[in-house]
Amino acid sequence: MEYFFALLFSGLTKGAIYALIALGYTMVYGIIGLINFAHGEMYMIGAFTALIVSSVLSIYGLPLPAILLLAGLAAAIWTGAYGYTVERLAYRPLRDASRLAPLISAIGMSIFLQNYVLLAQTPDFVSFPRLVPEFAFLEPYSAIITSSGLMILVVSTLVMATLTLVIKFTRTGKAMRATAQDRKMALLVGINVDRIISLTFVTGSALAAIGGLLIASHNGQINFAIGFIAGIKAFTAAVLGGIGSIPGAVLGSYVLGLTEAFATGYVSSDYEDVFAFSLLVLILIFRPAGLLGKAAAEKV
Amino acid sequence: MNMKKLPMPTGKDIGHALLIGLWFMFLTFPLLVIKVNPGEQTVSWRWANMLWVGGASAAMALAGRLIVAHRAARAEHPSPKPGWFAVQSTLSQHFTPDRLWLLGGIIILIFLALPLMFSTYQVNIMTTALMYVILGLGLNIVVGFAGLLNLGHVAFYAVGAYTYGLLHLHFNLGFWIALPIGGLMGGLFGILLGFPVLRLRGDYLAIVTLGFGEIIRLVLVNWGDLTQGPSGIADIPRPGLFGLDLSLNQYLIYQYYLTVIMMFFTIFVVNRLRYSRLGRAWFALREDEIACQAMGINKTAIKLTAFSLGAAWAAMAGVLFAAKTTFINPDSFTFMESAFILCIVVLGGMGSITGVVLAALILMLLPEYLRAVAEYRMLVFGAVLVVLMIVRPSGLIPAIRRTYSAMR
Repeated sequence: MEYFFALLFSGLTKGAIYALIALGYTMVYGIIGLINFAHGEMYMIGAFTALIVSSVLSIYGLPLPAILLLAGLAAAIWTGAYGYTVERLAYRPLRDASRLAPLISAIGMSIFLQNYVLLAQTPDFVSFPRLVPEFAFLEPYSAIITSSGLMILVVSTLVMATLTLVIKFTRTGKAMRATAQDRKMALLVGINVDRIISLTFVTGSALAAIGGLLIASHNGQINFAIGFIAGIKAFTAAVLGGIGSIPGAVLGSYVLGLTEAFATGYVSSDYEDVFAFSLLVLILIFRPAGLLGKAAAEKV
Repeated sequence: MNMKKLPMPTGKDIGHALLIGLWFMFLTFPLLVIKVNPGEQTVSWRWANMLWVGGASAAMALAGRLIVAHRAARAEHPSPKPGWFAVQSTLSQHFTPDRLWLLGGIIILIFLALPLMFSTYQVNIMTTALMYVILGLGLNIVVGFAGLLNLGHVAFYAVGAYTYGLLHLHFNLGFWIALPIGGLMGGLFGILLGFPVLRLRGDYLAIVTLGFGEIIRLVLVNWGDLTQGPSGIADIPRPGLFGLDLSLNQYLIYQYYLTVIMMFFTIFVVNRLRYSRLGRAWFALREDEIACQAMGINKTAIKLTAFSLGAAWAAMAGVLFAAKTTFINPDSFTFMESAFILCIVVLGGMGSITGVVLAALILMLLPEYLRAVAEYRMLVFGAVLVVLMIVRPSGLIPAIRRTYSAMR
């Protein structure tokens, strides 16, 4: 039974991380209909920025909670800036081009950013410091719950709740939803669509950066290529839940995380990714719009 | 090209450029300037990088702004000098359809004469490039003609390569038997995958094919009993030539010619398919599925043919690949490879045969000759993709739809 709960917990942790990345995918897709292939790189850049900032701060001898907070803040700010820049350079000029052009541009951006980090920092794996302190109250459950795992769950829940509230109740959130529904109409009622799209990219990238920081601190090492597989998994999660839908992305992420955890725990760890993708293929065959997506009837 | 002088930069232009320079200095600050050495717990600050980035991005922004301004000015006062389009039209005047065979003949001659002019090393690189031409043309059927976004093309490439590898490993069969079997296997896998997923819309199709590509690769890695796992299959024989004993150099040249023949065969088939009944159905399906169904086209069957034909082609290229490298392992069939082939198709111009050939040659040969700056070549490659998409989003040579002209 303990094994079961340990798996459950690790699945939830995984799901929370996927959710933080998948939200960026789904928001961008909802607003401009683009599979942002460079989004996984945002997660990687977030992790690297957090690593650099936290190492510098720890050399100057700051206390652990302050380092964690500042590193998270720096990662979110800088990765948000990267998201903004990528959108301006690679996607905005292509907004009215054919559907494939921005996709190729995104793949190019992804290759560029990976190699940029490879050249600017290091091609090797680097160890990531444990930024999350060991919580004493977790000691009796240490076989099931790790403190960094708990941190991931708490932080991601908080972040996602904030995001949901912002999108539901603020003016900006309403503008975002309006832009996602109908960009031209949003433009007509006076919404600055360009700014809303930029903001979406910044928010998505910042979320991915927080995910990057948390998972890097949980796993203990990063390299320039971690963004790729994480990005693909998160995208899978977003599609699983119904791409474009924010609750869908969260649900899809948890389903994916739990499936992976239980499949690796009870069946075989070699086929972890195979389970993830098979789940995706099955869901799409039987529910082509995803778990929470609405099947859109095509107008003739 | 018209080389009129660029306008002088105004103060506003310079201010804008400086602002962009400052933005990039801020953006690249943590990653490019700070480097932490975890062992000694020291930080090295690389301020020079910051100046480089700031200067370069400001200069690029300034140049970009001036070029845009220049273009706008030229659009207001069109110059009488011939531009690129005029060059294109003179080219097409020289090579009217009845003279087209001349151009084709010259190109074929160049391909045939290549091994006589260059070293075997160069020829070997060319062989690889030509294989990507074949792969690109195969994917072009799926993506360019039928408009089905396939991000897992490499899976079929892997199926072909492993068909040959495994047939050799377990049954000791040769290249010429494996080639048709590989093609059949590819087509079969195409149908197997295509059947359930082809009713999905564009982006969902993309992600499922991507997932399928990864599944195939992971199965190859993990099913060690059959595929020998990550260590791959070694000592796959090169293709035979009537049982002759060839030296390595001769083999490489023989392989080059084999690939050239395969490529021309592919071009021939794809070209014939393009305006066939099937090809026109693909185009129609790409443009409007609903109208197509109303016209009585069997959507599923037509899509499935495109999918399995593309797959079969990729698999045959895979057999060629296995024979060329004599060693295969799952690392050769990652998603990056799929993305690369897709880039060839989109860069060349979707549906355009000439474009795809040209793009494959450029994308394959450019990195080889960029080896002088080897570290930076993938960085440059990524940037080139982005820039090309912005400058020419419909590809290098956009496909021209055949129309019936009233003039003839």
